[in-house]
Amino acid sequence: MMGKVLPTLQKRRAELASGRAQRAALAGVPMARSFEESLEGAALHPLRATGIEILQVNVGKKCNQTCTHCHVDAGPDRTEMMSDEVVDAVLDVLASTDIPTLDITGGAPEIHGRFDELVVRARKLGRHVIDRCNLTIVTLPNYKYLPEFLAEHEVEVVASLPHFKGKQTDAQRGEGVFDQSLEALRRFNDAGYGREGSGLELNLVTNPVGAFLPGDQAAMEVRWKREMRMRYGIEFNNLYTITNLPISRFLEYLQESGNLEHYMAKLVGAFNPAAAAGVMCRNTLSVGWDGVLYDCDFNQMLELPLHPDAPRTILDFDRALLDNREIVLGPHCFGCTAGGGSSCGGATA
Amino acid sequence: MSEHYYHAPDLARFSEIGEDAPHLAEKFFDWYGAVFAEGALTEREKALIALGVAHAVQCPYCIDAYTEACLEQGSDTEEMTEAVHVAAAIRGGASLVHGVQMRNRSRQLGMG
Repeated sequence: MMGKVLPTLQKRRAELASGRAQRAALAGVPMARSFEESLEGAALHPLRATGIEILQVNVGKKCNQTCTHCHVDAGPDRTEMMSDEVVDAVLDVLASTDIPTLDITGGAPEIHGRFDELVVRARKLGRHVIDRCNLTIVTLPNYKYLPEFLAEHEVEVVASLPHFKGKQTDAQRGEGVFDQSLEALRRFNDAGYGREGSGLELNLVTNPVGAFLPGDQAAMEVRWKREMRMRYGIEFNNLYTITNLPISRFLEYLQESGNLEHYMAKLVGAFNPAAAAGVMCRNTLSVGWDGVLYDCDFNQMLELPLHPDAPRTILDFDRALLDNREIVLGPHCFGCTAGGGSSCGGATA
Repeated sequence: MSEHYYHAPDLARFSEIGEDAPHLAEKFFDWYGAVFAEGALTEREKALIALGVAHAVQCPYCIDAYTEACLEQGSDTEEMTEAVHVAAAIRGGASLVHGVQMRNRSRQLGMG
């Protein structure tokens, strides 16, 4: 059983529920240099997209969990869901372009009424599909079919698990989440995921449980594979280390714990030009639940839409105006360029 | 002059020790970096050793730095607490084992 699910910032009517308030909070943090200055030092300013390899679609903010670090402020009390018109537009864009990957996120994206259809139709178009899964969703009665369904359609599963021990996982994701996550991972393994030769990729995402950076991805993956196999008999393909960005509920945690300045200084001090060159916004286009376009899911939550020269929504999709667009930046961007770098696919440098 | 002997922001000024002896500081920081790089021991293992030593030498700067380093390397507080106990056990044991010298000297001096 999962423990008490916390209310979201929006439900609590917290100031940080708005992107504007989050941007103001970040702007108030004294920093040694701006992100733009750091990019200039690396000869990367203005930062431009290099194309669209990944269409990342945030289908809604509803989730069965309220993780303490969630940059979406997702939770059971959220009602935002992608409309039929926007889902149709996403599928039209896939059909009319050669964008190779559809990355479906949320919230818990599987809750969306047309999640299965998105998967099936994108796969029929020959696209690689990623499901960003919180794991516990597949233990709920209405979603138990998911491991077999996702396996049938050869969907890559990217699943969140901050640690291979229960204490840290439950501290970040909610009481009881760890045990349910193990149950879900066993079901994915049973469906063939993470098994050698199956071709079914199960990748785990670990975010630090606190105000510090993730460690070396390759070294952590070796240890995690050993521990997950030895402790629980669970197999997976890759471990992705992802830095927590100072957005939404993690920003609230940083403020309340007195760690905000330290954390931002840490991110600024760890700026890595190689990671900056490989940031995911350069080859990703992010679509919000309401169809508005963003450079990434983080800009989406900060309500920072694309550069004014680019289209505003998926309904106005225009590849020529998007492929080389100027990326919209802010101090939060230091989260993707610190140390080994961070993206939805883990380290970038 | 600071009112405190230890001041947390001073850790970030560590490089200032090179201001009047840059050639020595350069040697130290190069060596320091090489010591903590992945080798026969992993960076995670080295950070845990450093955390234990930080407690043995009671350096608050090192404790702050290597607590964070251990967390970043994926260690948890269970492992880190055991590392501190290892340091404490060596410190305690080092005191206790000197008790043998005390007993030797006592036997030498005493009649009983």
